[in-house]
Amino acid sequence: MRHIISILMENEPGALSRVVGLFAQRNYNIETLNVAPTEDPTLSRLTVTTIGDDRVIEQITKHLNKLIDVVKLVDLTEGNHIERELMLVKVKALGAARDEVKRTADIFRAQIVDVTPSLYTVQITGDAGKLDAFLQAMAPVGILEVARTGVSGIARGDKVLSL
Amino acid sequence: MALETLQGRNNVELLSGADMIARFLQDEGVEYIYGYPGGAALHIYDALFRQDKVKHILVRHEQAATHAADGYARASGKPGVVLVTSGPGATNAVTGIATAYMDSIPMVVLCGQVMSHLIGDDAFQETDIIGVTRPIVKHSFSINHPSEIPEVLKKAFYLASTGRPGPVVVDIPKDMTAPTERYEYVYPKKVKLRSYNPVSRGHTGQIKKAVELMLKAKRPVFYTGGGVVTGNASEGLTDLVQRLGFPITTTLMGIGSYPQSDRQCLGWLGMHGSYESNMAMHHADLVIAIGARFDDRVTNNTSKFCPTAKIVHVDIDPSSVSKTVRADIPIVGPAQNVVNEMISLVQGKEIAHPDALAEWWQKIDSWREERRNKLYEPSVADEPLKPQEVIEAICRQTRGEAFVTTDVGQHQMFAAQYYKFDKPNRFITSGGLGTMGFGFPAAMGIKINYPDDQVVCITGEGSYQMMMQELSTCKQYGVGVKIINLNNASLGMVRQWQDLNYKSRHAHSYMESLPDFQKLTEAYGFTALRVNTKEELEPALDRLLADKHELVFLDIYVDPREHVYPMQVPLGSMRDMLLSKTERT
Repeated sequence: MRHIISILMENEPGALSRVVGLFAQRNYNIETLNVAPTEDPTLSRLTVTTIGDDRVIEQITKHLNKLIDVVKLVDLTEGNHIERELMLVKVKALGAARDEVKRTADIFRAQIVDVTPSLYTVQITGDAGKLDAFLQAMAPVGILEVARTGVSGIARGDKVLSL
Repeated sequence: MALETLQGRNNVELLSGADMIARFLQDEGVEYIYGYPGGAALHIYDALFRQDKVKHILVRHEQAATHAADGYARASGKPGVVLVTSGPGATNAVTGIATAYMDSIPMVVLCGQVMSHLIGDDAFQETDIIGVTRPIVKHSFSINHPSEIPEVLKKAFYLASTGRPGPVVVDIPKDMTAPTERYEYVYPKKVKLRSYNPVSRGHTGQIKKAVELMLKAKRPVFYTGGGVVTGNASEGLTDLVQRLGFPITTTLMGIGSYPQSDRQCLGWLGMHGSYESNMAMHHADLVIAIGARFDDRVTNNTSKFCPTAKIVHVDIDPSSVSKTVRADIPIVGPAQNVVNEMISLVQGKEIAHPDALAEWWQKIDSWREERRNKLYEPSVADEPLKPQEVIEAICRQTRGEAFVTTDVGQHQMFAAQYYKFDKPNRFITSGGLGTMGFGFPAAMGIKINYPDDQVVCITGEGSYQMMMQELSTCKQYGVGVKIINLNNASLGMVRQWQDLNYKSRHAHSYMESLPDFQKLTEAYGFTALRVNTKEELEPALDRLLADKHELVFLDIYVDPREHVYPMQVPLGSMRDMLLSKTERT
């Protein structure tokens, strides 16, 4: 099963490589990875999506917690949560396809953020499924480049991941 | 108040980064460090030269420095300290760091590094040692400013020695130790890390549940590991086991955590563990694991492991619990605290099924009886000595009281099987990583700190040749370790596997052109004796042990055809064992 694990860790050199290294070292999977400092500049928030059965996920969270740089973590998929990913896509936009891209972008509530005579750059946010669906819809038109941020997420309701 | 602060200020010393390191080690109570100088570490070496409290032992290879520090740490429970230079100095230490990591041994490794403005430039003797060691350390630090040194070093010692211990690497760019720049030095008595809070006690409710199972068990067995030794829980464990009257088996790392001469001790378990230990584990209805990690050399095939047992697992590291074998009652906590809680809960209580326990003991005694005197056949006249009888003779002659270090292979298993330990911290072996070359430098580290004890390194000619340059270190500091080379002129354990799995095709497992070990030892000014026969053995051992402070080397020729038994059958259960070249369970 796919899990989204959010980690608060020391915003220090080497911390990220320890987290990433742990996944490689113990043969765990990283599907997506997303990291940036928080409102507290001494802390970074890292969100990783990974796939594994309950036993593997239990080991992943235990080993992450064991890293000295990791302050706190939560498996967002254990409860209700919001997950978002941002994607920028350059697609061909020539002739009839130009209108088609615009219409499809509207359907997906995506925005066209840059244009040239021959292409559009589309910005879209949503969960991974929505982004995949948009790419599928754009495939016949011609996708030139894709940049995805990886999943970020937060728990619904009163639950807060902080110190 | 104001005056005090002022006086306090006046007392603050200004020290260079290098002097801070030397001073910190003094204040931390470090007596010996092991290392090897080089460009990036020279400021630190100069600071060490200008003081006399911390003594530096100059090894002949950085790997030996880590093993010596490791040996000391295993014997004393305190962190061993290593100092090496950048690049090759640091990479040579890697095997020793990994060895300490796998066995959870407290160690602090100080590495010189090229000047900070050169980092990343592929400078002379530059290696990203933080990156290289990342998967084999508990944690690591880089010094970014000289003023950080006292606090970072305190954190390093704190992390290395608390919770589940392990090695900590501190990378120190040369400019951080420059003699011209001085900063305030205060010894930090305490440090706090917001993300590191090792548990200080186990969950009371879980401990209660475990004790309830223990009192109701019909076929219980304790299975205890290195965590009991490092967690100083041997005394409590012995008390608990004796109160309950249960059998106990230990891991290789747990040897001595319960007296092996006691009837309740079944020896150690696993791949080459005792027949009765493995049989008892397989048939148990309750396994009480304390400070052990269910590693593959213990469990054999986990899907066939202890099919009828409920499992209580006590460990200080949550990630050890249910890692390979799911625990029915997981307890995260320090062994000492949990064992003491268990003692207070069993106090005054009776076990529910004393008859079942008596029956269980009958069964265990019958297993014991089955294999008694069948473990190996002692040599007869004109036959080469058996390695097993050599170990038994050493055990007799040292009354089971020596510190015994080993390298890795057949001799290691024979030492573990035939030397009987009644105390913890006495059997010093690389269990997790299985590092050949560990034994001799580890013995050196112990002997330097325990000069009045007998320290015996049991090795083989394969392993010994990986670190034999340390004879020179022993000569420099007069280190009187006792070296027993079980010489079978082959890599015995490799050869054994080739006999069993490769139709005796001995690919590169024999040792052609061995040196004359006697002459080699004499070249360093030490005594060496060669032993070929049974008659020569006892007098040679007498000579070996005559003077505690003298290094003596015994080159003992043993039967190369001997195999280590029992040996678990791959992918089988605990009870599936080869018992000799012709018998199996």
